[in-house]
Amino acid sequence: MLLAGGLASLIPGRAKAGVKLTGYSKSAFSTSEKQTPYEAVTTYNNFYEFGTNKDEPAVHARDFKTNPWALRIDGEVAKPVTLDLDRILKLAPLEERIYRFRCVEGWSMVVPWIGFPLSAVINLAAPTSKAKFVAFESYFSEKQMPRWRYAGIPLPYVEGLRMDEAANPLAILAVGLYGEVLPNQNGAPVRLIVPWKYGFKSIKSIVRIRFQERMPPTTWNISNPREYGFYSNVNPEVDHPRWSQAKERRLGEFFKRDTLKFNGYGEQVAQLYAGMNLKRDY
Amino acid sequence: MRRFLSGRTSKILVFALCLTPLSMLLWRAYNGNLTANPIEYVTRDTGTWTLRFLLLTLAVTPLRRMFKAPELIRFRRMLGLYAFFYGFLHLTTYVWFDKFFDAADIVKDIAKRPFITAGFTGFLLMLPLAVTSTSGWIRRLGGKRWQRLHRLVYFSTLAGVIHYYWLVKSDIRLPVFYGALLALAMLLRLPIWLSRVRSV
Repeated sequence: MLLAGGLASLIPGRAKAGVKLTGYSKSAFSTSEKQTPYEAVTTYNNFYEFGTNKDEPAVHARDFKTNPWALRIDGEVAKPVTLDLDRILKLAPLEERIYRFRCVEGWSMVVPWIGFPLSAVINLAAPTSKAKFVAFESYFSEKQMPRWRYAGIPLPYVEGLRMDEAANPLAILAVGLYGEVLPNQNGAPVRLIVPWKYGFKSIKSIVRIRFQERMPPTTWNISNPREYGFYSNVNPEVDHPRWSQAKERRLGEFFKRDTLKFNGYGEQVAQLYAGMNLKRDY
Repeated sequence: MRRFLSGRTSKILVFALCLTPLSMLLWRAYNGNLTANPIEYVTRDTGTWTLRFLLLTLAVTPLRRMFKAPELIRFRRMLGLYAFFYGFLHLTTYVWFDKFFDAADIVKDIAKRPFITAGFTGFLLMLPLAVTSTSGWIRRLGGKRWQRLHRLVYFSTLAGVIHYYWLVKSDIRLPVFYGALLALAMLLRLPIWLSRVRSV
């Protein structure tokens, strides 16, 4: 594995999935629940730039170039900066975070991500008092993502968080899973993970993080505002118009299980939404 | 060809062919090859085949005319019944493995979720057609009335297309494709209907 990974890293631009990450620590935020097998985590993906069927991203993202990479951090900040892959990986000590991951479609996984708190980016860029929201943007290239035109959503994919959500210790930038570099179909080389929100908030392959005063537009909300809100917190009490959110199917399990409010992370995040009407601000 | 189409062998062959989607599904299940979300896969697969068989059933009349092969009528009932069969598997998968026979939840789903309302309507419309598919029922109802009843298949297919269209999140290619096939099947009927109107 190490040898293969070493060779792959010598060829510029080749996908580096399979390369081991080392020196990461365990996190108290990790769940001890049974982890979804690597095979399922890496072949059952929603990454519409690479096809709308779950099995397509694993195939069509195979040659996606993730090195060199440039992540631009700017907006209402004191220190705008552009990071290459090497600097992203060294931004903060890596941690393993085993999180529940709940998709708005009614299925869920448990994934051992590797990454660091998003707050590391906040600390680096030093947002001004004007910064109220964080806007994220995915990489987009018609050439590298030939199936983009079938996605049916406006691209590049964009997402957003409120500042206090972004600063919450549960929010991470992930650079790996299962002890290795993120496979392309999982959003290589760097993606957001906000485990108390539906999966589509956890934007993949990020090239830009912008701090701003106004609430940023988000892709699924633009595409269908009645069905997907800005907050999109996991909430069994608020149904999606087309299906109930009360239950979910954990991949690999036969029976459905009850969906937990904030995906079970209420203790860490519920206070962010105190006094808000979550039925209206879905 | 004529003799083949009106013979026994062709009927057995078509019957067996119609079972391949199910056989492939069972084969994949046996090999543990139903993706990371098997129940979703089975639901999708049986649903798609229901729609395909409905469209195949609707293709019989235009194909008979186009190829001047009236013998094709021999396969129409079978194709229709297979549509019902796959529709039944589709509904069963939902009722059993998605809802675990929770009747209250199912009723709520049908009432509240337009795409399920459409799908359920499509299935209900197939039900009387499957029941009255026998020669006995054709006799009992009389050819004219039987035929009028069986026009429900157009609406059942339309409900299926809408069901699919409302289900997908953003990539509408396949539902639109099946909708276009339905439109084509209807369009090809126009001359038949027009000539009938003129002859009255």
